[in-house]
Amino acid sequence: MIRSEILREIAPILRDQLVICNIGLPSQELHMIDDQPTNFYMLGTMGLSSSIGLGVALAQDKTVISIDGDGSVLTNFGTLPTIANNVADNYILLIIDNGSYGSTGDQPTYAGRKTSLAAVAKACGCENVVECQAEETPKVLQDAIDSKKMTIIVAKCESGNVKVPVITKDPVVIRDRFMKAVAS
Amino acid sequence: MSINKRIVDDLVANDISFVTTVPCKQLAGVIDEVEAREEIFHIPSNKEDEGMGLCAGAWMGGKRPAIIMQNTAIGVTINTLATLIQFYRMPLPMLISYRGELREPVACQVEMAVHTKALLNQLNIPTYHFHRESDATELDAILKYTFMCNKPVAILTDASFWGGYGDQ
Repeated sequence: MIRSEILREIAPILRDQLVICNIGLPSQELHMIDDQPTNFYMLGTMGLSSSIGLGVALAQDKTVISIDGDGSVLTNFGTLPTIANNVADNYILLIIDNGSYGSTGDQPTYAGRKTSLAAVAKACGCENVVECQAEETPKVLQDAIDSKKMTIIVAKCESGNVKVPVITKDPVVIRDRFMKAVAS
Repeated sequence: MSINKRIVDDLVANDISFVTTVPCKQLAGVIDEVEAREEIFHIPSNKEDEGMGLCAGAWMGGKRPAIIMQNTAIGVTINTLATLIQFYRMPLPMLISYRGELREPVACQVEMAVHTKALLNQLNIPTYHFHRESDATELDAILKYTFMCNKPVAILTDASFWGGYGDQ
C-alpha cells in the first residue's frame, strides 16, 4: 500500500475529526479523496503539521489528528519532546512513514534506513506509540480515537504517488472554514 | 511593579492565554512570569518555527497566542512567517529580545542584529522597538492592533530596555 491508499482507507474515520494535513501530496490527496471543512491543508511550511495539531488540541477539547510524514517529522524533530511533555489526550499524531520524501521525487529518508521514528518517539517520552503496517492503519487509528489517550502512530507503507491536482483554495478560506468547524 | 509583571499583565488583559517561549537571558524574568500565571498555558518550544506552528494551532483552536523569543529567531522563521502566519492571515504577537544592540557584550549577536529590522521590513511585519522602559506603555495598544489586523507583529526589546547585562 502507498500513502494515498491509506488515506482512502481512513477517510471515513477522518471525516468526523479535526485533521491537520501535511504539506504537498498528502494534503492534495486528502483534498481529492474527501474534502471536508474539518481538514486544515498545509500549503507551505514543511514540518509543522504536528505542532499545529498539538496547538489546536491544547486549545480545545475535540479530537485532533495530525497527518504527518517521516520526512516532515525529521525536519521538525523537536516536536516529539514537546508533544511528550505536553500531553493532550485529544491528540493523535499519525506519521505515514513511506521512507521517502514523496512530494519531491521519492528521495529516501533516514527513516527508511536505520532510524526508527517509533523508537525516537518513545525515547522522547511519548507514552502511547504504535507502529503498524499500512493495512492495519484504520483499526489502529480508530482504536487511538476511542482510547482518548494521546497516541503516536507510525504507519509503515510503500513509497509512491498518484497523480493529483494542486489545491487552489485560498488559504484564508481553508483556515476560516476550519476555525468555524472547530467552533461549531 | 516590575517590567516583567507589567508585560505579562498586558498579555493577560488582552486575553492571551497560550504562550510559547524559546529562552534568552534578557527574557528570563518575563518567561518566569509567564510560567507563574494561571491564566496562561506556557509551552516551551525547542525551535521558534515549531513555536509558531503551536501558536497557529492554538489560535485556530480558539485561544489567543504569543511567542517570546530572541531576534536570531527571525533568521530561523522567515519561511514559517511567510507561508503559515502571513499566508493564512493569522495574528501573532512576537515579543523579541533584540540582542546585539548597545551594551551587548557578545560580538556574534551583532551579526544578526544588523539584519533584524531589515528582514522584518522586507517581510512587511509591523515592528516596534522598546528602548526605554516607558516604551512598554504602548504594549497594550500593540497587542490590540495585532489581533485587529491578523498579522505577525514584532516588539523588539533591547538591552537598554531591560536595564543592561548587569556585571558583564
